[in-house]
This record gives sequence, C-alpha cells and structure tokens, in this order.
Amino acid sequence: MKVFIYPTNSLILSDLVERFGHEPLAIMQEVGKKVRSQGLDSPPMNITPEDPKFGLKYAAVEVPSGVRGRMSLFDPLLQNAEAAIVVRDPVISFGCMGCARTNELVNFLLRAKKIPLLELDYPSNEEDAKEFVYKISEFLKSLKPADLKIQTNIENPKTPLIFQKEKK
Amino acid sequence: MDTITKMVVINSSKLLPSDVVIKLYESNADVLIKETCFGVMVTGERQVVDSLISSIRKLDPYGIFVKERGFAPGEPYRCRATRRGGARPGFHNLESEDKLLPHIASALRALDKGEIPKLKQKKIKLDIEKLKSIIKGTEVSQ
Repeated sequence: MKVFIYPTNSLILSDLVERFGHEPLAIMQEVGKKVRSQGLDSPPMNITPEDPKFGLKYAAVEVPSGVRGRMSLFDPLLQNAEAAIVVRDPVISFGCMGCARTNELVNFLLRAKKIPLLELDYPSNEEDAKEFVYKISEFLKSLKPADLKIQTNIENPKTPLIFQKEKK
Repeated sequence: MDTITKMVVINSSKLLPSDVVIKLYESNADVLIKETCFGVMVTGERQVVDSLISSIRKLDPYGIFVKERGFAPGEPYRCRATRRGGARPGFHNLESEDKLLPHIASALRALDKGEIPKLKQKKIKLDIEKLKSIIKGTEVSQ
C-alpha cells in the first residue's frame, strides 16, 4: 500500500514504511521528478510559475504562492495516499524550513480523505521509541500488503526483479 | 529508465561508511557511489539501487536506515562546495532524526524479539463538571 508520511522528508518514517513492506510516499520522490526533468527552468527545485497554478486546486488565489507551490508538489502524494502516518508537531516544521499553513492544509486534507491514519509523537527516549516502532508496525500490518512487493536478488543485483504478483 | 538516488544513513557501532562503500564497489553494479559523513549515497537505476541497498542492509539491519533523495550527489544547486559552505537544506531534518536512530534501532531489535512495549495511557482531560465543582469549592464566601 502507498503510505503517506509526515514529515514528508522523514528518514525514520520512510525507512520503517519500506522495512515493513509498504511504499512510502515522500516529498523526495516529487522533488526528484522535478529536478531530473530535462532543462532546469527555475533552479534549485524547478518550481516554475506554472506550479502555483496547480496549487489553485487546494488554495485560493490570495493564498501565498509559496503555499500553492508546495501544494503542487504534495498533490500527487495526496492523490495516491492509501494510508498515512503523521508525526505531531515535528521540530522540522518550525521555522524557515517549514511552512505552517501548508502543513496544516496537508494534515486537514489527510483527515478529510478518510484513509487509515496513525498519529504519533517523535520519541525522546528508548521506551517511547519502542512504542513508536511497535505502533507503526501494528498499523502497517493491519493494512493490505503492497501489490508489487519487490523480491531482490542479492547475489546479482543486475538481474531483473521478481514481483510477487508474477510469482503467483 | 528511472534513475534514483538513495541515501544510506549508518548509525552502527560495527560498520563504517567506508565498509559499505567497499561492499558497493565489490558488487560491480552500474551505480554512482558517494561516501559522506553520515553514510553513503547511491545513484542509479531504481531496480539496481533497490537490490543493492537491500543487500547492504543485511550488513547491519538495525544500524542502516535508507531514504530516497531528490537531488543527485554533487548537484551544484545543493552541494556545499558550490554554495560557499553551510549545511545543505534537508540536513537539519536528517540531523534531528539522526539523534533518534539509536533508539529506533533498539526498538526494532526489541520488536524482532517479540517484545511488546507498555503502551502509555492517554491523559484524560479534566471533566468540565469536575472543574466547576473545584472552582466552587475554592470560592471564598463573603
């Protein structure tokens, strides 16, 4: 299943979702698609004047273009999300690296989508971390497993991958 | 062809980024490898990178954490070398999460052992009627 993670660039969440056999939906994928496209019109993130227009789907024209530009990046992730794991008040969302309004809107849209949602706090000690990981593993186990679970060939990574669907 | 970059963050007492790099070179796969202070970055075709990473993960399943990265290593708009130093954007979140990785590693180890942690009970908010009675009880009669 495709699991939306928040903070959207979280290493821990991205790793745990992948570890437990699901596909994390992270912002890095969308940034990668933008910057890998041929011809960088607007470096560094290649957010062109067209992107805030896509953001109009979520926010009115008087809303700052920064929010609309960010929403254009979040759009494919929100569209494809089948479940979500949200960490409440992450440190990274505070200050110039985050955009409070975008984060509020993303959290609202996730709740409005009525998909399975797990809300947690970042752990601060070992006991909290055990609870954090346990809750995530139980939540991900309760979801339907990813359709195309990759079976990797360790001996020779160049060989084509075998997908679970084909194996059946 | 779908080219991706994966970031391998190593938080292990028995493994160094240089060990992982050597293993990656041994695989002879068609990927671009960059050793960093926190681990390794691997760029290449999605299938090749995914299978390489899963083999690398086995070196220390609890000490290796992986996430995708949008920019390729050495990207001039992100690389410190061309931006007059300073932390690159995205490093701050990595730094804040890096502190938690030892806890996450021990939690994963405990999970594999079948340990079920004690779930904390949610703090129940004070009932409004109870609050009213407290207020009434503390009121000073004139």
